[in-house]
Amino acid sequence: MQKIGVFICHCGTNIAATVDVEAVTEAIKNEPGVVYAANYQYMCSENGQALIKNAIAEYGLTGVVVCSCSPRMHEATFRKAAQEAGLNPYMVEIANIREHCSWIHKDKVEATEKAIILARAAIAKVHLNAPLISGQSDVTKRALVIGGGIAGIQTALDIAEAGFEVDIVEKSPTIGGKMAQLDKTFPTLDCAACILTPKMVDAKSNDKITLYTYSEVESVKGFVGNFEVSIRKKARYVNTDLCTGCGECTTKCPSRKAKSEFNMGLMNRGAIYIPFAQAIPNVATIDPQYCIHMKTGKCGLCEKVCSAHAIDFKQQDEIVEQKYGAIVMATGFNLINLDQFDEFGYSKYPDVVTSLEFERLMNAAGPTEGTLLRPSNHEHPHTLVFVQCVGSRDTSGCGKPYCSKICCMYTAKHAMLVRDKYPDTEVYVFYIDVRTPGKNFDEFYRRAVEQYGVHYIKGMVGKVTDKDGKLIVQGSDLLENKQLKIEADMVVLAAAVEPDPSARSVASMLTASIDTNDFMTEAHAKLRPVESPTAGIFLSGMAQGPKDIPETVSQASACAAKVIGLLAKDHLVNNPCVAQSNELRCNGCSNCEKVCPYGAISYIEKEVNDHGVREVRRIAQVNEAVCQGCGACTVTCPSGAMDLKGFSTNQIMAEVDAICR
Amino acid sequence: MTELIKAKVSELLANQTADRVLGWKKGEFFYDETPAVFQAEELDDLVYDGFSAPNLSKYLIKESKKEGKVIALLKPCDTYSFNQLIMEHRINRDNVYVVGVPCRGNLDINKIREKGIKGIQSIKEQGDELIIETIYGTKTLPREEVILDRCLCCKGSQHMVADEVIESGEPAWEAKADRFEMVTKLENMTSDERFAFWRGELSKCIRCNACRNVCPACSCLQCVFDDPASKVQAKSNADDFEENMFHIIRAFHVAGRCTDCGECSRVCPQGIPLHLLNRKFIKDIDTFYGEYQAGADIEAKGPLTEFNKDDVEPSIVKERGGK
Repeated sequence: MQKIGVFICHCGTNIAATVDVEAVTEAIKNEPGVVYAANYQYMCSENGQALIKNAIAEYGLTGVVVCSCSPRMHEATFRKAAQEAGLNPYMVEIANIREHCSWIHKDKVEATEKAIILARAAIAKVHLNAPLISGQSDVTKRALVIGGGIAGIQTALDIAEAGFEVDIVEKSPTIGGKMAQLDKTFPTLDCAACILTPKMVDAKSNDKITLYTYSEVESVKGFVGNFEVSIRKKARYVNTDLCTGCGECTTKCPSRKAKSEFNMGLMNRGAIYIPFAQAIPNVATIDPQYCIHMKTGKCGLCEKVCSAHAIDFKQQDEIVEQKYGAIVMATGFNLINLDQFDEFGYSKYPDVVTSLEFERLMNAAGPTEGTLLRPSNHEHPHTLVFVQCVGSRDTSGCGKPYCSKICCMYTAKHAMLVRDKYPDTEVYVFYIDVRTPGKNFDEFYRRAVEQYGVHYIKGMVGKVTDKDGKLIVQGSDLLENKQLKIEADMVVLAAAVEPDPSARSVASMLTASIDTNDFMTEAHAKLRPVESPTAGIFLSGMAQGPKDIPETVSQASACAAKVIGLLAKDHLVNNPCVAQSNELRCNGCSNCEKVCPYGAISYIEKEVNDHGVREVRRIAQVNEAVCQGCGACTVTCPSGAMDLKGFSTNQIMAEVDAICR
Repeated sequence: MTELIKAKVSELLANQTADRVLGWKKGEFFYDETPAVFQAEELDDLVYDGFSAPNLSKYLIKESKKEGKVIALLKPCDTYSFNQLIMEHRINRDNVYVVGVPCRGNLDINKIREKGIKGIQSIKEQGDELIIETIYGTKTLPREEVILDRCLCCKGSQHMVADEVIESGEPAWEAKADRFEMVTKLENMTSDERFAFWRGELSKCIRCNACRNVCPACSCLQCVFDDPASKVQAKSNADDFEENMFHIIRAFHVAGRCTDCGECSRVCPQGIPLHLLNRKFIKDIDTFYGEYQAGADIEAKGPLTEFNKDDVEPSIVKERGGK
């Protein structure tokens, strides 16, 4: 019989206001095996931990139950305390009477009853606990950053700064991401290129950083400290070692049907192209979908004009295998598809553009070289209407339920830039709310209204139609309580942001969780905001949630700090709560192997002695260093041969029985 | 038909393709056929008719581990179970020679009796008619009126796997009743009604374990219900509700692997419609993960045991309709 001590935390009033902690203490005193029970205001504090340590020494406790917050919060704290008092840390169990009880109940009698039941379950489990010893694994001192936008670049630069090797995998031909497409950046209005391109150069020239552009992550195996990743370097059909980036081929290429991704399809590019002049690496890429030579065998003009002989039509995709200790998700964002919002006429009228297209139309390196012209007739626009929250904060199901966070500020920026450059224009902004929480943000917005005379209208646009070459914008002014009709030359839609579509598949490869909007989930929203719940996976930039550039850069650096903290270690302590296979019960069916997300299970042919019967059987084996203890195998195994140390089927059944008693 | 099969297996035994045959022989009663392994000289006892209902796949787990090669006579629906066991590495394929036998749907002796026919001594199948010899004289019945329930939603006349198929020349049985009809009815009940339905059915259980022992998916070397270390064994004795849970847990254990062969309900001496539990899982799997027939394709990925990078989080499977 275990000698169990039970420690009930008040968590200030978090628990004590809803759960009668004295009643819980009294109730569980008589549970079998409980030799000591106490409650305290903050069990995680130094005094609280001392209470536990002293009781372990005084009563010779063999098991500890702490009734407190979620184990994700303080399990590690209490295990450490127990260890310091000489108890195996895995003899500690947490009964979550905060998140699972006090926070979700109002009735004190009910909540107290539930807290007692949860405590009993934990006590029942501790009776079956056994001391576990952790193993160790090495750390590969190299990080992988998936995504080469500003988030990925900043994270990589900071990791490299600390002296670790870091690779960036970027699926497009250049790093730079969305920020490279922007014109000016709020709230200081410095030009995006001026602050981004030097960082891109830094990333390229840093000898600790390797860039894999036009590449994608193909597969990920392994676990924290020991990821094995294969990266597909897609064929550019250009030898990047030879290409000088002179651009001769891109100007001579006769195929002009491909839409320029960099210019948001507002102009065409050649089949061989360099996304933009400051691209890194500054080398050409052939788009096989549009290349005349690749489609018909004719043309080959680029090959003829290339004095460096860099064109290689026979180039194949290349697979690079590399080991990493940490992986950073910096897969970024896109604007949502506006097909569902046809009331704005985006698909019908060329003068209705998204904000990102508008950035290109204002940009000196854009299709109009920075002169704002209507896409339909290349005339100067006089009246512009900006519509905010297109698909953001939309619970109708068409758009996204969340606030995209950046639109209020960039719309204010757009409006201000237009008025500054073209004082003859009238600029209207339709908004639901203007949200400007950020340093110097509200001042920035007020400048747009007060100094630049932008007309802000609280209300939503209902419909955009055309009449005699003008766009008729119908909307409501909620403050004046009237309907408006504005004759506009251009309409700019602040479309909601969404995670890049690659996020979901990459997250699956990494076994990192995503939320219902496909944003990456943090290990803890407040206390571990740049880590995924999956060990060794870190989050940077928009992949985790909507954020602007200042916030992205700070988060990217925070992410780098966490990666550096991991890579600085020589060894990691493994989780001893791993699966184990009972070879006499194993059927050899392979179902556990199939469900294991970590590739920790393999099968061997082994001679077993099953109660005197000697025979060779196909048997599952667990690689304990790779197993993460998720338990998928244990619930899949029909015969119960697979079990999880620390979470055995018997322990869980004992908890269920204690609850249903 | 029996003669055709005997001729074929004699030939295969003679040319040393295999050294024995897994087939059916008569049991205590003529309608109570039972699986048996025959050597060449024992083939006289081999029978194949409407009462050759037992699914032989499961017997190959043991049989295929022995020396030599065994001929397995498999009806079309038995081949699904065979494939599923191959996928789970339970049958040594190299030691089995599969002979596909055609099926016209199995007969249900109880349905024949329910027609008021008593004192049955033998039944002969003649085309679409059954010639029934009774102590009160000869009676006839249309075959299709007394088909086993499971065969009313037949998976088809195709063998999913076979080294050789015997053609009978007779029209194949392919009834296509909606196999989810009763599941839908149960789904439409209130939870109290459904609870009452299953308590009623499952309380008939005498725990003879016939369902488990016949089930090709229930082929663990040691069943958790027999394993003292699992601690569930003792529990089922605790009260009748725990006892009822046996079937529900068993349905969970075979979910995604059950081929819907219907053996569980066929052998249940208490007439419990156990297959409905399995069909509920099959229906849910079809809804959430796309239609899947266990054992149809040996290369297929099991819906509950495979995952790919397009899968969504489990919590949102339902929200997105499984896509």
